Amino acid sequence: MREAQADALSADDRVFIMGQELGEYGGVFRATEGLAERFGAHRVRDMPIAEQSMLGAGVGAAIMGMRPIVEVMFMDFIACGMDAIVNHAAKVGYMSGDQMRAPMVIRTQGGSGTHHGSQHSQTLESWFLHVPGLAVVVPFTPSDVKGLFKTSIRVDHPVLFVEHRALYRTRGAVSDPVEPIPLGKGVIRRRGDDVTVVGIGKSVGQAQIAARLLEEEGVSVEVIDLRTLVPLDVDLVLESLAHTHHLVVAHEAVERGGWAGELVSRVVAEGFDELDAPPLRAGSRPVPVPFAKELEAEMIADERLIAQRVRQALGMVEYAP
Amino acid sequence: MFRLMYTIRRFEVTMERAHLEGELYGPFHSSMGQEAVSAGVCSALRLDDVVASTHRGHGHAIAKGAVLGRICAELWGRSTGYCQGKGGSMHIVSMDHGFVGQSPIIGGSGLLATGAALAFDLNREERVAVAFMGDGAVGQGVFHESLNLAAIWRLPVVFVVENNGYAHSFRAEQMQVNPDIASRAAGFGIPGVVVDGIDVFAVREATRTAAARAREGGGPSLIEAKCYRWRGHNLGDAEHLYRAREEVEEARRNDPLERFRAATFDLIPPGVLEEIEAAAEEEIDEAVRFARQSPPPDPLTALEGSF
Ligand SMILES: Cc1ncc(C[n+]2csc(CCOP(=O)(O)OP(=O)(O)O)c2C)c(N)n1
Ligand SMILES: [Mg+2]
Repeated sequence: MREAQADALSADDRVFIMGQELGEYGGVFRATEGLAERFGAHRVRDMPIAEQSMLGAGVGAAIMGMRPIVEVMFMDFIACGMDAIVNHAAKVGYMSGDQMRAPMVIRTQGGSGTHHGSQHSQTLESWFLHVPGLAVVVPFTPSDVKGLFKTSIRVDHPVLFVEHRALYRTRGAVSDPVEPIPLGKGVIRRRGDDVTVVGIGKSVGQAQIAARLLEEEGVSVEVIDLRTLVPLDVDLVLESLAHTHHLVVAHEAVERGGWAGELVSRVVAEGFDELDAPPLRAGSRPVPVPFAKELEAEMIADERLIAQRVRQALGMVEYAP
Repeated sequence: MFRLMYTIRRFEVTMERAHLEGELYGPFHSSMGQEAVSAGVCSALRLDDVVASTHRGHGHAIAKGAVLGRICAELWGRSTGYCQGKGGSMHIVSMDHGFVGQSPIIGGSGLLATGAALAFDLNREERVAVAFMGDGAVGQGVFHESLNLAAIWRLPVVFVVENNGYAHSFRAEQMQVNPDIASRAAGFGIPGVVVDGIDVFAVREATRTAAARAREGGGPSLIEAKCYRWRGHNLGDAEHLYRAREEVEEARRNDPLERFRAATFDLIPPGVLEEIEAAAEEEIDEAVRFARQSPPPDPLTALEGSF
């Protein structure tokens, strides 16, 4: 992430970063370490605790031709700046009849697992599918972080770039220079025959773990990483279903109202004949993320839930919500 | 007040140790050094007054009277904790003591208290709501919005900004051209005072004045309590990146507990404070025992209590 942002700052003078604890501190997840030193404090700007200001000022700068990267420290805090994203960033290009554009990348991170409690552990990317005008990117591998970021900072529209806290320590090869990855192109992470499991971000890793568990039970799982939710690569999912005929969609976000519902609905509408069984979702239970580890484990969608949904989709066990 | 301050100090030390030893998990924000603000403010309130707090809220909860064992059990994530393990360190609530919650979403406590005061006003109750906030909250729009709302409706709110020198790595003067937080009150037409947050008597006096005014229908006030955050922002904070050890050591010489001892030297017979200390230590030991012996929550309770 740090390299991706450094590359963006070097490649384009219009790029600058705003957020909290970025400069001298280097970001609470170290994603801007050394960048203020290298590019100057005017381009790696520390903010007061004011999410609405950083997102709103980001839009203002973007319509004047800049390319802001705005870091929202925890995804939960995005709620404090929703107006800037939903009513301004997402709409100014369209409403102005294309006289202006708001090219900016809103970076944030979320998810469970660090026991920060209900207001620091949410997975909220699904909210933004419902607001036309925003691309939504959720990378899984280190290489994708760089490739997807390279595209995100170049497109002429606002992009929400969502990282998962648990992935910051992921290791993986990254080519140098990295090729930009187009938005809206998913990738098959594992080939399989019996069922397609679709995820994004951390859920892709969990789907891979579930696939290994299921292999021992004689089930062959194909894993798709969508990489972006807007645009949504429905075609790749349909292609996969043409040989697996079973679908499970996995995300850490609460199952109710999550993006899996959108994907399943598209698949049912466009690929009903390919389905041998109802498509299922593996999402978190509809409660806030609790603090205690025993409680969190009960409600968060994980590899065990994904494996169970696969068994249910294949009729190996009965479906229970 | 000494008992409260001493208990808060030792509570934070004990919890920090439990974290370092791996017994506790999750984020931990110590209120060490700020004991006089918690104790001074809360000891000027009635039991039926309410307090809204922040991520750095253990001291506020203790000072408002919340039971130590149940706070401890919540930090331990146990079923006997105030929130049955659903809340954790940043979400303690004890409705029985008017401790109406913490907002680790910076600035949130301002509106929680303003809304609580609105309820008191509508119900014609002579109760007061206190909002604890950090100096960092002044950057948020809700800080200003809550002051204005409470001012125009003359709501019984006492806004207490604990200016502990830092909002994570930033000093107030780095993020505010006018770092005089109390002066913001003038913009909303309400009283604003600065108090020495190391002096528990001064804090209590300022709160008494503000609370009395609020109770009598005089509307909100803003108190800026100047203090110092002894520990890093959270446990594991890379403090060395933004402040020198010497600065911390220097500030720690201005210890609210020592200040109390010095101020009361002639007034309190020898041995009394030591007795209070011993009783507090025992209470903390007992609280930790209670937390350790309490069962973890039944996992299925995770699914209860929400639409
Ligand atoms: C809306 C929001 N933005 C950012 C944060 C991250 N954050 C947590 S505490 C903190 C600093 C708070 O400083 P201050 O208000 O002075 O309180 P203190 O930590 O000094 O008690 C920040 C930036 C947050 N919790 N909520
Ligand atoms: Mg502070």
